[in-house]
Amino acid sequence: MDNGVVRALRGLGQQVTARIWRLGYASRFLLAVLMYSGTSLRRLHLTIREVYFAGVLSMIIILVSGLFVGMVLGLQGYDTLARYGSTEALGVLVSLSLVRELGPVVAALLFASRAGSAITAEIGMMKATEQLSAMEMMAVDPIARVVAPRFWGGVISMPLLAALFSAMGIFGGYLVGVQLIGVDEGSFWSQMQASVDFREDILNGVIKSFVFGIIVSWVAVFEGYDAEPTAEGVSGATTRTVVTSSLAILAADFVLTAFMFTGT
Amino acid sequence: MSQESLVEIRDLNFTYDSRPVLTGINMTIPRGKVVAVMGSSGCGKTTTLRLIGGQLKPTSGEVRVGGQVVHELDAKGLYDLRRRMGMLFQFGALFTDMSVYDNIAFQMREHTDLPEAMIRDLVLMKLHAVGLRGAHALMPTELSGGMARRVALARAIALDPMLIMYDEPFAGLDPISLAIVGELIRKLTDALGASSIVVTHDVQESLKIVDYVYFVSEGKIVAEGTAEEMKNSKVPYVHQFVWGEADGPVPFQYPSRPYGEELMGSAVRHG
Repeated sequence: MDNGVVRALRGLGQQVTARIWRLGYASRFLLAVLMYSGTSLRRLHLTIREVYFAGVLSMIIILVSGLFVGMVLGLQGYDTLARYGSTEALGVLVSLSLVRELGPVVAALLFASRAGSAITAEIGMMKATEQLSAMEMMAVDPIARVVAPRFWGGVISMPLLAALFSAMGIFGGYLVGVQLIGVDEGSFWSQMQASVDFREDILNGVIKSFVFGIIVSWVAVFEGYDAEPTAEGVSGATTRTVVTSSLAILAADFVLTAFMFTGT
Repeated sequence: MSQESLVEIRDLNFTYDSRPVLTGINMTIPRGKVVAVMGSSGCGKTTTLRLIGGQLKPTSGEVRVGGQVVHELDAKGLYDLRRRMGMLFQFGALFTDMSVYDNIAFQMREHTDLPEAMIRDLVLMKLHAVGLRGAHALMPTELSGGMARRVALARAIALDPMLIMYDEPFAGLDPISLAIVGELIRKLTDALGASSIVVTHDVQESLKIVDYVYFVSEGKIVAEGTAEEMKNSKVPYVHQFVWGEADGPVPFQYPSRPYGEELMGSAVRHG
């Protein structure tokens, strides 16, 4: 019995130690990516190419999701506001929900699934097929040439995608609230304009999406670079990217929200 | 081998996870020669190449390339040295997001300030040397195994290296591609005046083109000599390897408990 408890505690200790070690390793990796970012930013075409792959190719899923989320907000918001006789505030409800919270968070979750997993799989496959080793042997650092452009491509794309998600969501809320249900169009837009503050709401939303961009891109490039160079290893790394970055986004959202919006 | 050497390996030991991979390796690679490192899979051949290229650090001993101790070089020194090396990976390791042309131009664009027109001429010359000038616009996924290996060879010689390393260059090739790649290794080494190290277990093809052979077994050099000497070697391991015998010093059976004991144990469990 005692031995069983000792074994369980030892196993737990080993797991915790391994996770802390991995977090430390990932942090050192991020530091290396930042140190080598000069090359990536000087040769801007490398980063622009990654903005296309991570950002532009994610636009369809972001725009369609944004539209539907906004339409649902329109329906649910109208139903709730109607109980208090304040349906003209629908524009405020939809826009604040989107720019403060749903835009950055849902766009980041979709970005992690669509682009984060693709980045991990691509880097992991490059490792499995010795392309990264080949680059090293050609005296080209793969962190500078492969990892840093993908990292910055993700970081740049994320706030832009979140902004598109919010804009599309507001349009979805307008379609349902104004065009379908019949909320007054003037009230919808004017109340939104009066209530949404640029610094408090929009800028904080942009900061959130920027932080989420760093999280997703960091996890994606790290998991790809650290993947075991086998089919199973790459598949596991891709799954870890989606799970880890999704949980990290939600946790970071709570922390950021607590700092940004408490007491306002 | 008494010629001036480009690579010298002295008392090299390499341990991975406390398991000895290479033990007491001594090798000399002369300038302008093709040297083969042969042995069965997992004997430490590729590890030797990675130690020469500085991708791994030895546990003890040293590898000297062009007079420089590889593991003592800092990052810049190592990258400077690697610019004068070329490596052909087992399955080519071509960059799959780039065309054949861009794969070969990659190093020229990264390390030189040559104008694009000159890079174009150099790329076409390298491709012409491996017989694939007409394939410059293809993507790696459109190439056969043999073509991919030849493109990788053209990429390995892009900057006219002093040392070319080949990791299993014959693996998985049809007989025609195999002969072409073998001939290219010899011709390109001679034309560039480079040294070549060919890690392989393809005996017949490599013995046709190499000047000297090292046989590695369980991380140690068990025999060395010219191709002719190896063909006539009486060393049991070399004899088994060169003549492709199923059983010998390298046993057919993976180490296990005695057969009878294993079967009896099974009978007791199920009975």
